[in-house]
Order: sequence, then structure tokens, then C-alpha cells
Amino acid sequence: MRYLPLTADDRAAMLGRIGASSVDDLFRDVPAAARLSGPVEGLPLHMSEMEVERALSAMARRNLTATHVPFFLGCGAYKHHVPASVDHLIQRGEFLTSYTPYQPEIAQGTLQYLFEFQTQVARLTGMEVANASMYDGSTACVEAIFMARRVTRRAKALLSAGLHPHYVSVAKTLTHFTDDEVVASVPVLTEGAPGDDIAALIAAIDDETSCVVVQNPNLFGHVADLSELAARCHEKGALLVAVVTEAVALGAIRSPGAMGADIVVGEGQSIGGGLSFGGPYLGLFACNNRHVRQMPGRLCGETVDAAGRRGFVLTLSTREQHIRREKATSNICTNSGLISLAFTIHMSLLGEKGLRDLAALNHARAVQVAERLAAIPGVELLNGPFFNEFTLRLAVEARPAIRRMADAGVLGGVALGRLYPGEASLANGVVVAVTETQTDEDVDELVAAYEEAVSC
Amino acid sequence: MLNRQGRETAPGAAAASEVDTFTGNRGLALEEPLIFEIGDSARTGVDLPAPPEVASRLAGLERELIGLPGLSEPEAVRHYTRLSRQNFAIDMGLFPLGSCTMKHNPRLNEKMARLPGFSDIHPLQPVDSVQGALELIAQLANWLKTLTGMPEVSMSPKAGAHGELCGMLAIRAAHEARGEARKVVLVPESAHGTNPATAAFCGYEVENIPATPAGRVDLAALKARLGPDVAAVMITNPNTCGLFEPDMSAISEAVHAAGAYVYCDGANFNAIVGRVRPGDLGVDAMHINLHKTFSTPHGGGGPGAGPVVFSAALAPFAPLPFVRHTGTHFELVEEEQAHGLGDAHAQSFGRMVAFHGQMGMFVRALSYMMSHGADGLRQVAEDAVLNANYVLRSLEDVMTAPFGASGPCMHEALFDDSFLEGTGVTTLDIAKALIDEGYHPMTMYFPLVVHGAMLIEPTETESKAALDQFIATLRSLVARAKAGEAEHFKAAPHLAPRRRLDETLAARKPVLSWAPSA
Repeated sequence: MRYLPLTADDRAAMLGRIGASSVDDLFRDVPAAARLSGPVEGLPLHMSEMEVERALSAMARRNLTATHVPFFLGCGAYKHHVPASVDHLIQRGEFLTSYTPYQPEIAQGTLQYLFEFQTQVARLTGMEVANASMYDGSTACVEAIFMARRVTRRAKALLSAGLHPHYVSVAKTLTHFTDDEVVASVPVLTEGAPGDDIAALIAAIDDETSCVVVQNPNLFGHVADLSELAARCHEKGALLVAVVTEAVALGAIRSPGAMGADIVVGEGQSIGGGLSFGGPYLGLFACNNRHVRQMPGRLCGETVDAAGRRGFVLTLSTREQHIRREKATSNICTNSGLISLAFTIHMSLLGEKGLRDLAALNHARAVQVAERLAAIPGVELLNGPFFNEFTLRLAVEARPAIRRMADAGVLGGVALGRLYPGEASLANGVVVAVTETQTDEDVDELVAAYEEAVSC
Repeated sequence: MLNRQGRETAPGAAAASEVDTFTGNRGLALEEPLIFEIGDSARTGVDLPAPPEVASRLAGLERELIGLPGLSEPEAVRHYTRLSRQNFAIDMGLFPLGSCTMKHNPRLNEKMARLPGFSDIHPLQPVDSVQGALELIAQLANWLKTLTGMPEVSMSPKAGAHGELCGMLAIRAAHEARGEARKVVLVPESAHGTNPATAAFCGYEVENIPATPAGRVDLAALKARLGPDVAAVMITNPNTCGLFEPDMSAISEAVHAAGAYVYCDGANFNAIVGRVRPGDLGVDAMHINLHKTFSTPHGGGGPGAGPVVFSAALAPFAPLPFVRHTGTHFELVEEEQAHGLGDAHAQSFGRMVAFHGQMGMFVRALSYMMSHGADGLRQVAEDAVLNANYVLRSLEDVMTAPFGASGPCMHEALFDDSFLEGTGVTTLDIAKALIDEGYHPMTMYFPLVVHGAMLIEPTETESKAALDQFIATLRSLVARAKAGEAEHFKAAPHLAPRRRLDETLAARKPVLSWAPSA
């Protein structure tokens, strides 16, 4: 038991001090019928470090990894290159093994980076204030809907058809038992603007609308100007919630704040985080100062210590569950601390210049790949404007085609049939994401895979 | 007063001077400016290839100036290394934070989570290309079901409080399926603050149930309040006073007889893992904080993971997605349409997070479980409980343990502030004084049922020698408080990167992002 320091002698001596005859004596409040004797049945006994490595490595080997094959998946989770120093720094024990900074005098390292993180996210999103992070983009999105209800005292949220369908599902699940109404429609693959329904959303805003939730770039990669939508929301007293699932896009496209958004939520996994099969990820949440007391989640603020020096503390905790209990802005009691650290380190390394260069590289590579794929007979590019992700309509059903590509060692995109299993009109659609990580050879293999997919 | 190195602790000697430089090291007392004060928008720590020449397709929506400082790689490495050294962490010393369970974080777990086969796979890859990942989830699920004696588990909740939400949504769905609109959730006084917040989030009215003088749920008061309007009881067991609820089976029976469900906050499962199965006590749903029981690191606040185990009664309502083994391979069931007849989750309440949960945490937790095995996990609970009782009994003659007479505690020892009466020293002062002695403070003011609470959880990964030193330190602090040294306590900490911080100012005039000074 290499993690347990007590020896048999220690245990005997300690039981003596306590005045207990055996350890079992310490469990005497547990009803006898519920006490287990001996190791739990049905589970193996302890393993050495080597044995654990062997067992887990064997499982890991049965997965096709993004590192080892041409890889073009996106739809809310992106493969980017993360500088080696990022993972090295977050593994420092003083970050990795520290607790929530409730004792600020000995948690200034965590608090200062949270303050830096909040400032970076506020600037990226074009907003005045950001919190210390949420679980992920989808849960940040539903928290934004709840926040809009608190601000507007209305309960109808209009969700764009271009919003990630999993985000829509999460919103529907969590509003099912509250008095919120969530209105979402099935997307349409229009040429030039797949999933774009801004005109329809504008027409649907009424006096009951708390917020309009729109993703930009949307699930299909379409990029839109949200300014008019924002103006119409504000005319009607509703909030505009902008969702960003690819944070790198914020290095290229006008910020949601500059387009008039009231709340910006997003998935920050793209910067500093890995794919990790969907988690842990990083929920981003930003708004303007006038709404900050309705914001969910932790906030770090600047203050001074008894000697007058600048320092940082968690603040505005009267919004939170441990103070307000059933009247809290949310039940959330954590943030994605370590992932926000990875984000802020990566972002510091990039800086203004690096982020813009990275975004430009992503966009240019995506345009190149889109044009090559669109040249294949039986493959149609639907997007006009896009950032690093776009939608293709194939002459064949996409889901089996993508599965066959994977069998041949090419991860060629996300078939819309996976995300919208009941929708025949979307069955031939596939979303392809291109980042800085693919080589020219990867692209050649991708093009060959699509040529073969549509020819059979 | 001697510190842990055997030298006199010197109030004020090291810390109180004004900082007059921002150039970096002052000896090893680090002052570190913000990246906005040292970075530059033209500087970068990454080298990228030049983009190919293509016509932009951004529809004229190109971005204006963002305002992000950049650091070169050596500057960034120094900045974050310096920041790291202003943190206390479990790698540096004893962290006796009750109910937060700060135990050793094995680095094997970190290594396993970084295997590309786990860290570098996409949640929407074809399921045939991620069979190993699904197998890992299934295997972890099996450990959790077996250890809790519960038939079903949902892996997707992202944290403990998210797990509570998952459990309560399943309870609400189960009542709805029976056509019942029960409105009330009962929460004992000693519950975590997340419990009432969660119940409210699910649209319930929350009513408190008092604690007995012995720190347990008042069974008679609970029974008296049960009725056709009550949907569930949310109970923490072992509870936040560090005590096991001996009436748990009777509570479950009464709740079930009233047509309601038992939600158990499993945050303290580390006290009973391998020794008690909550399923044997009549629990219907319970979340498990993987970081507390199975050692995934706290990371300065997160991320955690909060899988939820379900009784047979609630299993059909568990959320999507879930992993199913077909006999030859693993499937990921993501949509309601994909359900077969008789499927375990036939009445699922839906999806509560975009993908499949905290895979990175799953790998770490399973690595820890395999390292301990069924035999070691039982030892974990025993040593955690033994260590806590050792601390309780070694301090109860000088500090006041409000429930000390109630018998053994579980994994945490609770004291209140009555032993400080007349000294001018408060619980907060004791906590801050512990910092100077090289310890993270214990949990303060929680649970709410006692005044000036101090909740100490040593965990199973502390040695007897470490506990003896900690006990000696606390005894010495108590002696100094009683000897009239209140001034020393009021000014603590003296030796931390910062003296006491003005939290009132931070809340009154919030400064939540950096701006250049005018």
C-alpha cells in the first residue's frame, strides 16, 4: 500500500491513545448488518505501479488517437498544438495539488492567475468582466439562460438552430422542471449560410423573450454579424447571449461584445486544453459590469493586505451557494481551476501577436482544405463565410462514410447524423475542422479518403 | 514558540516591509507583477509557420485590437513558476481541510491520464475507434457500482454539485413519471450549502430539518414532516459533523414509505469506502466526488468529477449518454431514439453536459482504485477514520469537541470555539496562525450547527509522525491563546506571501479585471 504511511505498530499505538480495541470499534455507529467484512467482493486486489501502467496502457492502445492519424474533427472540441511549457507548468505541485483559494494569504499564486485569466477572457470576448470559469461551454450556456431570466424577469429563451445540439439538449434538460421555456428549431443546410437563422430569430423576439442564444461561428462553421440581432434584442428588452465553442476564432473575428452581446459564454478547451474525450473542459463566462451580481460562478478580485500591498481574493461570494443556499445564483461550487491555468498560460505565450497569427493560420489552412474538398465531384461546400470549420454535403450518407474512413485510419469529420440522428435532411452533412496541427500529407490523405467515400 | 524547523517564529521580521521593487526575486520572497504589466502585444512565446496566401472568408468581420500581452517562453516559465511558489499545496505539507479531503495525489495517475490514447481522443470519434476509452468508463462504472452496492451509475456529471443536480433531476423525473407533483425537499441543517441550492435549481421548495444535540439528523422531526408533498430528503452521510448517521436505515424506510426518495451527498464516501455500501442503507441516489475519495487533484479549485450511483427505482431516469456492452463491443448510447425495449435508461431525463463527463478524471480515479484494490480501499477508509479519531482524542482536553462524547468520529474531527472564550482569539485567528506554523488552515465556520467550527480532516495519507507534529502545534497555539497572546494571533499570518487581505474592500469596490492605472 504505497500511498498509506501508517505501519501496523503505528495503528496499534494510535488505537491505544484513542482507547479503542480495534479499528472496527471506530465504525460502531454503522449498523452491523451494513458493515462489510473483508475486501469488497467482485473487485481485484491491489496492483503494483507497473501492473497499473500495463493495464491502463492496454486500454489506451485500443483508441485511435488524434496524434497518430490525419484528424479533422471539431463541433465543440478542437485539436490544437499546446506548447510543452504549458503542461509542465500546470503539473507543478503548488498548482496541481492546491485547494480552492479560500485562504487567500497562501493562495496568491492561484488567485493572481485567476485575475489574469478573467482579464484575458473579458478582452477576448469584448466584455467588461469574466468569471473564474465554469464546467464547460454547454453548462455555461444554460447558466447564461438562467442569468438572463434573473436580469429580465422573463422566462422564454430563443435558441438558434446553429447552436450545438448538445448545448440545446443540456438547456432543455435543465429547464425542464423550472418555469423557463426554451424554443429551438431544427437547422437547415442552406447554401452559403448553413444553420443561419438570424432573420427568423429577430422575427420571433417578443415581450416574453428573456434572451436569444446564438453561436458564432455556429455549429456548421458559418460566421455571422450579430449586430442587428443585438439591436433588436435590446429594443425588445431581451439579452443577446453569444456562444463561442472555438476560442481561437476570437483571434480573427470581431468580438461578440463589439457586436452587442450582453453575455458571452464559450468553451475554452481550444487554448491550453487537450481533447480528453470530452472532459475536463473549460467554460468561459463574461458579461458587462451592470450584470455582475447576477453572474454565476466564482470571481476573483483585487484588494490590499494589512501592509497595504496589492493582493487578490475570491469575492462577491454573497451570490454563491455556500452563503445564499437556496437563493444562490447557481448551485455551482467549483471552477475548472487547472484548465483555466492551462488556458491563461497558453494565452500569455501567444499574446496578441501569437493569437492573431494562430487564428490567421487556422483560417487560411481551412480555406485551402475546403477548396480542395469542394473540387471533388459529389462533395459540396455549403459555407460562404467560415473560420476554421465548414460543412460539406456529400452525395452519400455521411455517417457510414466517416466510419469507413476511421476504419482506414482517417478521422475525416463529424457526420451530422451523429448529432441529429432523426433528421434525414441532415444525413449527408459532415462538419470538417482544420487547425494548425495537420500536415500537407494529412490533407492529401483526407482528400483521398473523401474521393473514395463519394465514389462508392 | 518554535516553528517546525526548531527556530523561533519571528513575528513581522520577514514580511511586513513595504515592497519597493517589481524586478523579480527578493531573496526568495517573490513579488510578481501581472502579465499586463510585463507583457507586450508584439512579443510572443510561440513560433508558428506563416499562413498560406488565400482570400479571407470572414465576411468583413475581421477583429480589431484585443489588448493581450504576450510573454516569451522564458518570461512565461518564470512568471508562472514564481506564482506557483505563492501557493500552499498538499505536496508541501499537511492540509487538514475538513470535508475537502486533501490527500496525496499520486503522479502515476497524472502519467496515465496523459497517455495519448486517453488525452488525445475526440468525444465525437466513431465509437469503434474509442473502444478502449469506453472500456475504461465501463470498468470505472463497475468499481463505483460494486463499492456502493448500487445497480446503476451515471458518469457524466462534471463535479459534486453537478452530481447532486443529476440525482435530483432523476428524482423529479421519477415522480413526474408517476404523475406526482411533489414540491418539497427536506435538507438537514448539517447539509452542504450546495444541497439547498441544487434542490432550488430543480424547482423545489427547501425545508430544513434540525439536528439533534448529538449532531445527527433528528429522526422524529424528519418523520413528522414527511408527507405526500415531500419529494426527497437530501442527507449527507457521514455527515458534516464527521459523524455516521446510525439511523440511516430507519430514515430510508420512513422516506420510502412516504413515497419519497433518499438523496445521499456522497462527498464523505472516503470515510466508508470498502467498509459500507450505501445501497445497503436504502440510498436511492448518491454522487461521488472522485477527487475526494479517489485522489484526483484539486487543481486550485477544479476540475472535479461527480458520477452518481442510482438505486433500481431511479435507474431508468438516469441521464444520457451511457456506455452499453453488447457482448462483443462497447456502445455509447447518446440519444433517446436509440433506446431498445427494456433498456436500463428507458425514461432518461436527458443530457446534462455536452459530452461524456470528465474522462481525464476517470483515468486518474481508476488508476488510484487499481493501485489500492478492494483490500487497499478498505484500508483507506480505516486509516482515514483512525487518523481523525487520533487527532480528536489528542486534542479534546485542550480544545472543545461538541460531539466528542457521541463516540468515534468518522474521517474528520470537529471542534468549536468555546475553548477560546475570554482569550480574544477567534477561530479565524487560530486558522491564520496555523499558516505561520507551516500548515494550511482547517475548515472554519462549517458545519453551521456549531459556533466557530473547526473541522479537521487529516486523511489516510498522513503519517503518525506528521499527525503528532500537527497536534503539538495546535496544543502550543491553544496555550499561547490562553496565555494572553491575542495580539500575535490578530496579526497572523506573519510569514505568508501576504498579510490578512481586505475581503470587505474587494466586495464593496469590485476590481475584477486589470486596467492600466490612470
